[in-house]
Amino acid sequence: MRLWKGDVEKMVSDALKELQGILPESIYQSMAESLPEKLSESKAALVAKKLVAEYNEMKVEPGESVGLVAAESIGEPGTQMTLDTFHFAGVSEMNVTMGLPRIIEILDGRKKLITPMMEIYLKKPYSEGQDIKKVALMIKETCLQDIVTEFSINVADSRIEAQLDLLRMRELGISDVTLIKALKASVPSIVVDVKGSTLFMKAKAKESGVSDVFKLKEKAKEAYVKGVRGVTQVLPVRKNDEYVILTFGSNIKKVLQLPFVDETRTTTNDVFEIESTLGVEAARQAIIDEVYKVIETQGLNVDIRHLMLVADVMCANGKVKGITRYGVVSEKASVLARASFETPIKHIINASLYGEVDNLSSVVENVMLNQPIPVGTGITKLISKNK
Amino acid sequence: MSDVYMSGKFVGTVEDGESFAGFLREERRRGSLSENANVFYDAATNEVHVEAAKGRLRRPLIVVRDGSPLLTSEHVEKLARNELKWSDLVKQGIIEYVDAAEEENVLVAFFEDELTSEHTHLELTPLAMFGVVTGLVPYANFNSAQKVNTGSKNQKQALGFYASNYMIRMDMDVNLLHEPQNPVVRSVLHDISDYEKHPSGQNLVVAVMSYKGYNMEDAIIINKGSIDRGMGRGSYYRPMISEELRYSGGLVDEICIPSKDVKGYKSEKDYRFLEEDGIIYPEAPIKEGDVVIGKTSPPRFLSSMEQYSLSAETRRESSVAMKHGEEGVVDFVLITESSEGNKLVQVKIRDQRIPEVGDKFSSRHGQKGVIGIIVPEADMPFTASGITPDIIFSPHSIPTRMTLAHLIELIAGKTGALAGRYVDGTVFASEPEEKIRKELLSLGFRNNGLETFYNGETGEQFEVSIFVGDMYYLRLKHMVANKIHSRARGPIQLLTRQPTEGRAKEGGLRLGEMEKDTFVAHGAAMLLKERFDSDRTIVPVCESCGMVAIYDEFKRRSYCQVCGESAISFIEISYAFKLILDEFKSLVLYPQLKLKTKY
Repeated sequence: MRLWKGDVEKMVSDALKELQGILPESIYQSMAESLPEKLSESKAALVAKKLVAEYNEMKVEPGESVGLVAAESIGEPGTQMTLDTFHFAGVSEMNVTMGLPRIIEILDGRKKLITPMMEIYLKKPYSEGQDIKKVALMIKETCLQDIVTEFSINVADSRIEAQLDLLRMRELGISDVTLIKALKASVPSIVVDVKGSTLFMKAKAKESGVSDVFKLKEKAKEAYVKGVRGVTQVLPVRKNDEYVILTFGSNIKKVLQLPFVDETRTTTNDVFEIESTLGVEAARQAIIDEVYKVIETQGLNVDIRHLMLVADVMCANGKVKGITRYGVVSEKASVLARASFETPIKHIINASLYGEVDNLSSVVENVMLNQPIPVGTGITKLISKNK
Repeated sequence: MSDVYMSGKFVGTVEDGESFAGFLREERRRGSLSENANVFYDAATNEVHVEAAKGRLRRPLIVVRDGSPLLTSEHVEKLARNELKWSDLVKQGIIEYVDAAEEENVLVAFFEDELTSEHTHLELTPLAMFGVVTGLVPYANFNSAQKVNTGSKNQKQALGFYASNYMIRMDMDVNLLHEPQNPVVRSVLHDISDYEKHPSGQNLVVAVMSYKGYNMEDAIIINKGSIDRGMGRGSYYRPMISEELRYSGGLVDEICIPSKDVKGYKSEKDYRFLEEDGIIYPEAPIKEGDVVIGKTSPPRFLSSMEQYSLSAETRRESSVAMKHGEEGVVDFVLITESSEGNKLVQVKIRDQRIPEVGDKFSSRHGQKGVIGIIVPEADMPFTASGITPDIIFSPHSIPTRMTLAHLIELIAGKTGALAGRYVDGTVFASEPEEKIRKELLSLGFRNNGLETFYNGETGEQFEVSIFVGDMYYLRLKHMVANKIHSRARGPIQLLTRQPTEGRAKEGGLRLGEMEKDTFVAHGAAMLLKERFDSDRTIVPVCESCGMVAIYDEFKRRSYCQVCGESAISFIEISYAFKLILDEFKSLVLYPQLKLKTKY
């Protein structure tokens, strides 16, 4: 007989009524998985009792400076990372930001990433490799210049003539009609016509000089035709017996709407995209995963709970905030603490304008005043009563 | 067609760049082109670059034609007889200087017997690829490259006999080794550089063993008997300078014994060594605080009021005195004139430096270490023949650093010392180890350098044989006497009331931001407060306006200057915080302190 979570919970709670609800669910789960099949109720209770004791032992004590320990735990291996960061150049076709620059990017909460990327998982027939190339091309953003071999300006008629790459168009599944439609949508000020393999484009405005036509040509080159916007490169790879598409450029909102994409596993490395499409909880997890990934690949060992704390701090207000003077630090309660971290004058002046009060409730302020810091031994206060 | 560039500027084209470059080189060797010109044919871009600008790094090579060098033994003989000069060889095109670019077109043979018809040049000698100091490292070709480099750096820091007129020179920070010796194991460069005229080390008996753990982590153990006999002994010289400066308004400094009404007068005791002219006498034994050159200066700021005041002008004391922790003997006194014609006094202070625990020593192979302990000669281990080593060197310093030459020098030095001759250790051309070993055997010692050793304290024979030999050791200029520093209490800065910084000012060691973080991480709140107590102050604060109030020591009461009479509380803060409150006030901000009981 296999024990299940419910069984264990029942056994434990029957034996130890007072321990009910103390342990998190995941601990019952792992307990259920590791308990032997036959177990007397009293023994199970004993195990549970021990488990609770262990659990309490592992809890952080009141007054422990978790934030600073987290900062030191991430910062110390970070100093080693500066040296080995650039040793991955040219391993694969995808050159991904790794190491310290990537960690800084995540923790600073940068909106524009150096290398935004997606990892797109596919639904059943496609994940086995069916039409993989076609699927990948559907995701890739196609501009007009990708399907045109040559642009030329007809000065006499003041129009642009473009030679279409028909083979490539067929490959991408673009017909003349869809092309005209797409061009009209992305460049409204244009009149488009296709004759054979030649595309004619003309400005809607009656009078247009050569320089206007030239500008139009440059604009038309970049015109969006097909695919997911922002995805500049696609790379189908085989990963654990299935095909996955790696992309350069990220647009998870659009990708998740595609019918052949497995939306449960598809991810991006852009935390802010995750936040706007999937919410702040997903963003928190993304921060943890992304930072942990970097630390792991560098062969370093940082306890994940430190990263969880950092991610919690960054997401505490329901929006992702970087650990910069504009982000998390700007929300500190203490004026002195803010002033001690970058741009002191700005903070002091503003504080005086609004008549801010510093309650000296955190560490930095108290160090400045040479008072006991409210952490560790400083958090307890003992008052003796004289009888 | 290849492009031709002259000093980076395009000048024209030629049919075949490679042969053109060869032609130019031949012209240079014939003398019709300047010997300073270099030609480089770049096959990748099909360009010829001719460079004649100054500031290029160039090196001399022997020209080779058809596999045989142009330099013959005839030339060498002539050179030896002084009938031919180096510049003649360059002029004749036998030796030419090649720059970094031309080096790309050149095939250089290391030794003459390696020459083929492919080769264009021959190295003068392998020694030529090292610098002057690196060339002094014996058997350097047996060392790891990095250690050859450090070995050369160490030699530059060694105490030595830097100039024979040192007695009358006034150099800054001079170290002199009292009994320098010529190295037994030497290289050709020792001859070339007249090393015997300025040697910088001593030949010492070195045993490679551990002994009571005092040579852990690269430390060395030193024989007290050797030190007593003068090993590594040196002098440290430092000049003290003072000038009678002239100021506007006809005011001048005066070198004299300052009178007691001078502002900043030290104490009579501090001036006791000064003679009537205000200058110390030679061979005076001086300690910290003693004045070497007495001087007074006119008052610094003469306000218009003071100029007409009746009180006599008070001069400032501006003597030159021995700094904290310094001592020595006055070596000699020099009175001259500065370039402006002012009276200039220079006093040279000498301090004998006997090796002490913590002083730095090194061999010529980058094997540096500090003295870990000085052992009485009676307790030093000794050999069957009664030799006690001067230095006990740790064997753990060898494997990872791969300084094989250190070990070879030990054997070579031992052989040389026993046979009474110098051993040639020139890089790539040294006496072979086998030969030296044979000679050592013939001198009655084991050929591997091992000897039976006895414990100096118990007299028992060690169960292992010990590798022992002679080698040239350098005493480096980093001495504890110049670096030792400690402070329990001492001077503080005027502005912040925090301890001063630096050894010269008897300062404290800062517990910085990151160190502070470790205290916080441990939750050691009270310990952190105590560590930051150096600028602690008790400040009266007005309870109604929250500004720093005043305590009147005469009336023994405190009051607020803003509110007048009001309740005042005393609070303990760091002075730095009081300072920042003052700075806020100067920015017209109102930093109000709201007081409440802590509990």
